[in-house]
Amino acid sequence: MSDPLIWLILLPLFWTTLAFLFGPARGAWLAITGAAAQLALAVALALKVGADRTAHHHPVGGWDAPLGIDLTADGLSAALLLLTQCVALPLFIYAHRYFRAGDPTGRYFWPLAGFLLAGMNALFASADLFNLYVTLELVGLAAVGLVAAEGGTRQLAAALRYLFATLVGSGLYLLGVALLYGAYGTVSSAMLTALVSDAAPRLVWIAAALMVVGLMVKTALFPFHFWLPPAHGGAPAPVSALLSALVVKASFYLLLRLWLGPFAALLPSFAGFIATCGAMAIFWGSWRAIRAERIKALIAWSTVAQLGYLFLIFPLFTAPAALAAGLTQVFAHGLAKAGFFAAAGVFIKTTGQDTVAGLAGAASRRPLTLFAWGLSGMTLMGLPPSAGFLAKWQLIELALDRGLWPIVYVVLAGGLMTAVYVFRVLRQAFLPATATAPHHKVPRTLEWMAFVLSAASVLIGLRAIELVALAGVIA
Amino acid sequence: MKRLGVILLALSFVVLTAGAMLELGPAAVDLRTLVTTHLAESGTRHPVTAVLLNYRGYDTLLEVAVLLIALLAILAVAERTDTPPTRAAHPLLQTLARVATPAMIVVAIYLLWAGAHRPGGAFQAAAVLAATAVLMHLVGLLPGWSTPALRLRLAFAVGFIVFLAIAAALLMQGALLQYPPSAAGWLILTIEAGLTVSLGLILAGLFLFLSRDEDGG
Amino acid sequence: MMSSGLLYALVGLALFAFGLAGVVLIGHLLRRILAFNLMGSGAFLVLVGLAQRNDLPDPLPQAMVLTGIVVSVAATALALALVRRLQALTGKPELPEAEDE
Repeated sequence: MSDPLIWLILLPLFWTTLAFLFGPARGAWLAITGAAAQLALAVALALKVGADRTAHHHPVGGWDAPLGIDLTADGLSAALLLLTQCVALPLFIYAHRYFRAGDPTGRYFWPLAGFLLAGMNALFASADLFNLYVTLELVGLAAVGLVAAEGGTRQLAAALRYLFATLVGSGLYLLGVALLYGAYGTVSSAMLTALVSDAAPRLVWIAAALMVVGLMVKTALFPFHFWLPPAHGGAPAPVSALLSALVVKASFYLLLRLWLGPFAALLPSFAGFIATCGAMAIFWGSWRAIRAERIKALIAWSTVAQLGYLFLIFPLFTAPAALAAGLTQVFAHGLAKAGFFAAAGVFIKTTGQDTVAGLAGAASRRPLTLFAWGLSGMTLMGLPPSAGFLAKWQLIELALDRGLWPIVYVVLAGGLMTAVYVFRVLRQAFLPATATAPHHKVPRTLEWMAFVLSAASVLIGLRAIELVALAGVIA
Repeated sequence: MKRLGVILLALSFVVLTAGAMLELGPAAVDLRTLVTTHLAESGTRHPVTAVLLNYRGYDTLLEVAVLLIALLAILAVAERTDTPPTRAAHPLLQTLARVATPAMIVVAIYLLWAGAHRPGGAFQAAAVLAATAVLMHLVGLLPGWSTPALRLRLAFAVGFIVFLAIAAALLMQGALLQYPPSAAGWLILTIEAGLTVSLGLILAGLFLFLSRDEDGG
Repeated sequence: MMSSGLLYALVGLALFAFGLAGVVLIGHLLRRILAFNLMGSGAFLVLVGLAQRNDLPDPLPQAMVLTGIVVSVAATALALALVRRLQALTGKPELPEAEDE
């Protein structure tokens, strides 16, 4: 068990295969134990990378790049691995209680979720552009399978839209990799970083553009967000939480990786374009969240908006603080959004309907869940001392420093719009319930897990210094 | 209007990229010599098999996982009904399929064995096996599959489990999937044999689980 | 004189672009899946062809393409399964109009 990085990939592959062998709807405890062990491994890895202050390499097969595949964990990968396991463990405990025995939707949840986690861990670990393509597909197909599992017309249509979007995204990425291999003869990220300069042939610029657009589609950045709201808004709550909190971050991470690595010399030319898309995402996503009638649709549109913030950091590079701001936002949004969807799952199970209007009376019936909603909302609005506040504060400070005024306005306006949709839910929840409103029992575990995730999204702000220090260790 | 725009965009992309391709110089890195130099230690005599199962065997491991995911997702959405009755084809077709089956299995075994020194290998062998199963199904000799029993689940997963176990065992004394040159040959053959069975069944399953749904409309 | 490798790459490029246009434009889901396959095959041709533009075989992209083909088989099978289920439910091989989420 010497190498935590490798075991973060192997362990989920092992337990997910076992869960498959156990049969439909089995394997919950296996998955929860596995996720707990993975969390320990991710903490060990983050501590190790943080203490050594160097990236950790593992040449698979004993073949160094460019012949073999190099797995690399620097601070950025270690941080995302940590976030992934931190979100996965409470969500697995949540999912265990959420899918009742005999619920057909949960029959293949465990093996699919296990492959999803393995794929994400493999993605964060890989430093080989073709291997990254395989991990992208692993994550994409597992996510589509999870969305489709409910099997209704709405879910199937959402899953198909998602599938085509994710396949087009990875197809563009793959063509970019093919052009890069043609131009340089290698797909090793480290070797390409040394080879690509701004005097690169035109074909390499085209490859960079293809890969950036492909990853934008997969991250659902405006105007490629069309597939996200139906997919994230239509899936069962634990699935929506996994997708919104983690899966979209995987392709964003890869974009960041390319930006810091092979395409460092090329991508600054795209920064303005990407940040504009990010700003549009904030406005359009928030607006649709304000207008949404269903709770899960509201949260899904909020994801469209919050992803926009991640892309505002690109014009602020090369400052290392830009990376820290991005990483803090990834953590803040990941935990808060998982908390939002977990809370929404409780509300929906309580009232038997997925509408904001149906929330009346939730304040007295589900106070803990509503508190969780408030905490997550605090993070997304960017109130101190949450991680969301730190991320937005760092963004504003950097933008002021560079004289990039539009970014300041976008961040401030986005925070206000977020407050509108967060308070819309709170206000409705404090209204008295109608006498006929149904009121179903919900396992307490669900409420507690929503609370744990939301509380973590606020408290992580207090450990931001360690996080920022970790982000400074870049391969 | 949208149609015209998309087509024009696609055409201009082709022209632009084709121009950029034509002006490309030689690549900076050439891995061909590296592949050949290490071929003797790779446990196989065919360079593509060496890349697929040794130098970049990790890609192949994850790719098997992708196939398993597709299978799982199909199981998750497929309708939960009992196996529909199979429609028997003409007896002549059934006889022909019965005659062809042993030959196809022999071809699959040959392809698996050939992979060590010429084009072939586990995936090709598995594709032939899957085609055999599909053929048997289409003539009504093999019923469509419903929720798989433990034995079938085990057969689906065995190739992946063997691959994963070997990868993890090798990690104990070196890197992930680092074959000792002396044992590389038979380790790769073991992996390929397991994969042939599992992939053949998975590929067949992608078809046979689907065939449970009658055509709508 | 254009090498055959480069010719493959150029053809692959055209296939990719037309496949992509198909995925965007075609409403019939089965044809859209075929368009996606055209797009994937195009990318594979570019990967192998461009690397062999001096007509010397390169095993690395060939092995990558084998991996890619299997991934695209998995994706195609999944897409077909979803389309079949959708058609069984709605009777149409097309996506229903996007509802206003």
